[in-house]
Amino acid sequence: MTSGLWELVLRGVWVTVQLLVFGGLLATAVSFAVGIARVDRRWIVRFLAGVYTEVFRGTSALIMIFWVYFVLPLAFGWQLVPMWAAVLALGLTYGAYGAEIVRGALNSVDPAQREGGIALSFSPWQRMRLILLPQAVPEMIPPFANLLVELLKGTALVSIMGMGDLAFSGSLVRLALQESVEIYTYILLIYFVIAFLLTRAMRALERRLKAGVGRAPAKAGGARARVPETAGAGGGA
Amino acid sequence: MNWDWNAVVDFLPHFRDGLIVTLQALALGSVVSFALGLVWALLVRTPTRWVSWPVGVFTEFVRNTPLLVQLFFLFYVLPEWGLTFSALTTGVFAIGLHYSTYTMQVYRAGIEAVPAGQWEAATALNLPLRRTWTVVILPQAVRRVVPALGNYVISMLKDTPILMVITVPEMLGEARLYAQETFRFTEPLTVIGVAFIVISYLASVLLRTLERRLVR
Amino acid sequence: MSADTPLLKEAGSRADRAADRAELIRFENVTKRFGSNTVLDRLDFSVDAGKHVTLIGPSGSGKTTILRLLMTLTKPDEGTITVGGQRLFPASDKQCREVRKNIGMVFQQFNLFPNMKVLRNITEAPVTVLGLSKDEAEARARELLDMVGLADKCDSYPTQLSGGQQQRVAIARALAMRPQVLLLDEVTSALDPELVAGVLDLLRDIARTTDITMLCVTHEMNFARDISDQVLMFDSGQVIESGSPEKIFGEPEHERTREFLGAVL
Repeated sequence: MTSGLWELVLRGVWVTVQLLVFGGLLATAVSFAVGIARVDRRWIVRFLAGVYTEVFRGTSALIMIFWVYFVLPLAFGWQLVPMWAAVLALGLTYGAYGAEIVRGALNSVDPAQREGGIALSFSPWQRMRLILLPQAVPEMIPPFANLLVELLKGTALVSIMGMGDLAFSGSLVRLALQESVEIYTYILLIYFVIAFLLTRAMRALERRLKAGVGRAPAKAGGARARVPETAGAGGGA
Repeated sequence: MNWDWNAVVDFLPHFRDGLIVTLQALALGSVVSFALGLVWALLVRTPTRWVSWPVGVFTEFVRNTPLLVQLFFLFYVLPEWGLTFSALTTGVFAIGLHYSTYTMQVYRAGIEAVPAGQWEAATALNLPLRRTWTVVILPQAVRRVVPALGNYVISMLKDTPILMVITVPEMLGEARLYAQETFRFTEPLTVIGVAFIVISYLASVLLRTLERRLVR
Repeated sequence: MSADTPLLKEAGSRADRAADRAELIRFENVTKRFGSNTVLDRLDFSVDAGKHVTLIGPSGSGKTTILRLLMTLTKPDEGTITVGGQRLFPASDKQCREVRKNIGMVFQQFNLFPNMKVLRNITEAPVTVLGLSKDEAEARARELLDMVGLADKCDSYPTQLSGGQQQRVAIARALAMRPQVLLLDEVTSALDPELVAGVLDLLRDIARTTDITMLCVTHEMNFARDISDQVLMFDSGQVIESGSPEKIFGEPEHERTREFLGAVL
């Protein structure tokens, strides 16, 4: 591969990283807004948030992208810059998955904590901000790490719309070289490295957040402790 | 906004063709992912590091890289190696392989959730290893595994539109073709978007029913 | 509930043959560690064929580990273990399987296979391991279920049975292999108090009417007194005292034995 082609790939990496960062930020914002709305006291808020998650989780990310690219401009006259169209489609879709993570983590906080907040006559929003979220957020990090890797994989979809991301640069190089094995192996490896760094960064974040609420992070990998051999017998039948 | 119901009606036959291909790809992809995932799960458990380690790395790699690029890889590379398959076959294999790295984790969790006492009882009865797997461990793991596998089938459904890029005429492919011929984008894209939401919603309802029946 | 069946006589007669060599199980210098914790410390003891031996002692003194070593569920760090003159450790997997054929085990948590009906739980191993025909195995299983008083539960799943019933099925399952040695690992510890008696009565019957060598770990001292030919008192990974139940429960010599019995009786 020539240096010119490598430059093409590097520009692709840069676009992919931008998509990942902006898409991730939008998805996080959507996750918290919709996730918190799903535990709201008013049924209408819960209902609307529920419809949002069902619809956006129900549809395919690629169809969302097509829709934002082709239908939004035609139907509403909103012509978005390709980057923002992609970020919008990715952020809204992956945000719906993130909302489920937020809701699950909020629900898993010990109910006694909420009651403690009521006893101290905190307002609902104060309870959320001061009691529930600080305890729930560290629990969200491992599933969010997985979701970010899914988002990274999802960014490749925008190459179908002709956006010059990493996957797209791979297609260009393939056309230039008339050879597929080498370039696609490199492209896959680069994605893998980004995913690896992402996972590492999220693990570090989890450690810091858990230290903040005085808990040790779960051991990486097998969280399930092995049954010690001295135990009379493992588990129930 | 201009919505044309005639375009919807016009699109319906194409939609039906696409739906059939989508469901075909989904069914075959599921079978491939269920079978391959089980192979990975068992290989990763082998005591020899020479087997478990490469399998672990390979599956981790496949799970953490985009299906789209894997699809291109298989679509362009396999013919270079002299292996030519139809687009649908390549697509089914790619999606099955990709999801097998997820089902593998489902199987692993299911196997690990079988209590240690079951292995011990099998040893105490002197059951051969193969028999222990087939009549004791796997049947118990399956019950825990089915709901999680079902969720991945639904995810897989939502990834089938990617097969369009290698010319598989599934729903999105049909919608795009129709759009290119008629310059109407709104109707076909909306129809298939709604179809995906409806199908995946129905599938999740079905799955929840199945889950309730399996948990005894 | 009659245990006086031809089946058990046959199982017993195998033990009779083994009685030529009076000594059936032998632990020599066996050490087992879990991390830095030494559970068995250069342990020596032997059990004669046909005897009923009870292991007593405080929790964590390594009693269960002895049964698990005999069942090859865990391996010792040092020492040798022989059963019927054949090495169990150190030994090849194949030899382990051979020796294991003569040993049955009943677990604290029953460990029945929840995906199989009661009958299949009992017939599975005789068919696949001993090569019995399905009919033979089922006849044997029905006979055993009759003996444990659960003839009507053939087609139930284990989860539909009470703990006591599950444990009786587990005993039938172990006996279906016609073992020379039966290992009983705190078989009543997981049972509700009102279900304990039924299981113990069954084991008393088996002890009385057969010559199966029994090795029990139990906290039921009355049961130990009733069925044992020999009681081994364990502490800190070693046998600190052994003898007839009369001697151990009547006039224990060792200070630790007296303390232990004082605490549990």
